[in-house]
Amino acid sequence: MDTLDIARWQFGITTVYHFLFVPITIGMSVLVAGLQTAWVRTGKEHYLKATKFWGKLFLINFAIGVVTGIVQEFQFGMNWSDYSRFVGDVFGAPLAIEGLLAFFLESTFLGLWIFGWDRLPKKVHLATIWAAAIGTLLSAYFILAANSWMQHPVGYTMNEQTGRAELTSIWQLLTNSTTLVTFPHTITACFLTGGAVLMAVSAWHLKRRNQMDVFRPSLKLGAWVVLIAGVGVLITGDQQARIMTEQQPMKMAAAEALYQDSQPASFSIFTIGSLNGEEELYSVRIPSLLSFLATGTFDGEVEGIDNLQAEYEQKYGPGEYAPSIPVTYWSFRLMMGFGIATMAVALLALWAMRRGRTPTNRWLWLAVILSFGGPLAANSFGWIFTEMGRQPWTVFGLFKTSESVSPSVSTGEAATSLITLTVLYGVLAVVEAGLFLKYARAGAPEIPPSDSDSSDEDRPLAFAY
Amino acid sequence: MELTTVWFALIALLWAGYFLLEGFDFGVGILLPVLGRDNRERRLLINTIGPVWDGNEVWLIVAGGATFAAFPEWYATLFSGFYLPLLLILAALIIRGVAFEYRGKRDDDRWRRRWDLCIIAGSWIPAVLWGVAFGNIVRGVRLDADHEYVGGFFDLLNPYALVGGLTTLALFTLHGAVFLALKTDGEIRERAGRLAARLIGPAVVVAAGFLLWTAIAHHDVAGWILMAAAAVSLLAAIPAIRARREGWAFLATAATLVLAVFALFVTLFPNVMPSSIADANSLTVTNASASPYTLKVMTWVAVGCTPFVLLYQSWTYWVFRKRLSVEKIPA
Ligand code: HDD
Ligand code: HEM
Ligand code: HEM
Repeated sequence: MDTLDIARWQFGITTVYHFLFVPITIGMSVLVAGLQTAWVRTGKEHYLKATKFWGKLFLINFAIGVVTGIVQEFQFGMNWSDYSRFVGDVFGAPLAIEGLLAFFLESTFLGLWIFGWDRLPKKVHLATIWAAAIGTLLSAYFILAANSWMQHPVGYTMNEQTGRAELTSIWQLLTNSTTLVTFPHTITACFLTGGAVLMAVSAWHLKRRNQMDVFRPSLKLGAWVVLIAGVGVLITGDQQARIMTEQQPMKMAAAEALYQDSQPASFSIFTIGSLNGEEELYSVRIPSLLSFLATGTFDGEVEGIDNLQAEYEQKYGPGEYAPSIPVTYWSFRLMMGFGIATMAVALLALWAMRRGRTPTNRWLWLAVILSFGGPLAANSFGWIFTEMGRQPWTVFGLFKTSESVSPSVSTGEAATSLITLTVLYGVLAVVEAGLFLKYARAGAPEIPPSDSDSSDEDRPLAFAY
Repeated sequence: MELTTVWFALIALLWAGYFLLEGFDFGVGILLPVLGRDNRERRLLINTIGPVWDGNEVWLIVAGGATFAAFPEWYATLFSGFYLPLLLILAALIIRGVAFEYRGKRDDDRWRRRWDLCIIAGSWIPAVLWGVAFGNIVRGVRLDADHEYVGGFFDLLNPYALVGGLTTLALFTLHGAVFLALKTDGEIRERAGRLAARLIGPAVVVAAGFLLWTAIAHHDVAGWILMAAAAVSLLAAIPAIRARREGWAFLATAATLVLAVFALFVTLFPNVMPSSIADANSLTVTNASASPYTLKVMTWVAVGCTPFVLLYQSWTYWVFRKRLSVEKIPA
């Protein structure tokens, strides 16, 4: 392995890891804010209990989201210095704006929320969690705008002298058509993830008939969020597929392992054959579906890999322009499969709990509890598809991955970094999972009666680390 | 003024803010084993920074992001050149951040002791390495004609940079002790005050040594003035600490850090990373900068956002202004 391979593995591992926690943060911050709003408006104690319970799980998750984010911010410069030089003028702007606008907001207001339970008036305190939740959404927008520019560069010119990209319109960058479909797809996926956390953890308690007053509404809330957000994910995914076919036809062809141009093109649910899809032994196909995904009509033409390869060689010179076909083919299907399976479980759970029923079927409960992992897998495969499908480019059509890596970093240094971070992340995963389970099992806290008589001065803090 | 100069100044400001704010966080972490004799006391110490440390850390993230946007070459060369020290800093910040959140989440002494170690190591390492990094930037490193760092890891551990590391360590620790005296009540406050009085002597010696060395190596009048101002404010901390005027003492150590950062940046200007091989290889505010358009956009964003950030971060400090004492944290 050379520095390039190591840097790629590190980017893949650290980013997928970061994105295990990100969707839970985004989804749950809004859900917790919603539950707290319900408490402030109705004064019902079970909403307060639910807020505290889910809030604790949210914070355990948030801590890792933050510390792994710092690695992301640094590693562009550390491992991808030539990339940073090439795109800094364009790509640095959304990253810096994200910090100024979003990270300050979320970290400061979350500090206020965690420690402010007794220090702030009820409504101001409620506002702090909303501010943090808005911060997470803003952060997602700007980082996705940065990423979308890599998929579909707009609002720039090439500086002939320096050979680098320069920003010409921040507006075009922020309203990139790719961003406008990627943001809703990713955010709805995040809500789906947050909903699944509520659903799965509540199921664990309901199976044992614990604290039904808290977990019954929580499960229903979670399941409805999964369903509604899930429909949103499907709709936006479909739009994204169309934009992607326009902008990166090779990615769509690779997603289907489609070598020849086809009209209409069918979609295979799964295939048994050679890994790169050139030979097919057995496959389950839905006629015309790929045409529909790619173009919006059932008899649209979808270009194949061979043709595109020839076209790109003409345009960009000799080289290999197809991404890894097995990875794109399977990650595309696994993204959809895991997401849709989670939605199916949510539907089942809601049906089984209709009109006050509490199901007893062990398998049903097991499925709901396990659905925790569904969106996490779907998100990871979604990103692996997006990023691997763009290969060999880091900036599509402009700059290749092989040109991006830091020339001054030795293989030994890169390997040290990869190993250090991977080991550290591995240990953190075990610790975090342990804590998450511990607090998930402990159930909602009892709310002590507040002694509003004693004056503000001698009252102890409501919360401390 | 040229926008490149404005951005150079803004990045200096971000680092100054970072050193001022996370400086005392690091100090509190370093002093955890010294001032916190039992678990309750250690919790007290951690809770003085509990609501704010994450917001403080974002100053670093924004400094990084702003460098990326305004001086892409600088970001690329610096981060890939100082590879291993930055990796160490990253690892330290990771274990430290998680430790704050997780240490109290299990009622188990061994668990807490492990996380305490993470907080301590996670505060020591960056406190030293930021000084080493800035020492090297000011001193100049081996950059070739492509602006690539061609020195090795051990070139970064030269005497000047190591004194820089000692300086940040000493100043952050002192700043942390003063902060704790300001933010706590009862016995801990007394102990923190006494410790600050003992720390100030060594801090003055190390910092004066570093600033003098810098002043001798770089003939820059504006830099000299700022260094003198930093020295004066550090000296001003002495009577304030002795008189137990904790607010004034904190103001003095804070001013020292801010002025010292400005002094280093002014000394550096117009370079951002001088090359020790050939002057022509140096990165400057001009040859490292982004295009005028990007700088203009970023300036608008900074002008629009920064006042709000300052406002709500100050408000946080106001909300949590009360002194903490062992009796006031819940069991
Ligand atoms: C769609 C959303 C999304 C995506 C694609 C990414 N992140 Fe992220 N990031 C977040 C959404 C987010 C968040 C929701 O805002 C986090 C997650 C947990 C958290 O604490 O905030 C966060 C935290 C976070 C932090 C710590 C902020 C703090 O201290 O409060 C940094 C520095 C980054 N991220 C940087 C990055 C970079 C450089 C990425 C690209 C490679 C990246 N993130 C991908
Ligand atoms: C602004 C956001 C992002 C940027 C700038 C970005 C950029 C990059 C770069 C430079 C690489 C290395 C080149 C390569 O090997 O392909 C890469 C690879 C990768 N990224 Fe992204 N990425 C971003 C967001 C994400 C996110 C959020 C994920 C999801 C978890 C992700 C998943 C991956 C994966 C899996 C790889 C490895 C691909 C490979 O090894 O070839 N990326 N990305
Ligand atoms: C029928 C369902 C779906 C379709 C048609 C679909 C379509 C797509 C497409 C085309 C992309 C790649 C965009 C690009 O590279 O330009 C993508 C990416 C992604 N998908 Fe899906 N998707 C579906 C379901 C899901 C589900 C259920 C989840 C998660 C719960 C999910 C999460 C993601 C994520 C996180 C990404 C990467 C970020 C992005 O580029 O938006 N997707 N999806």
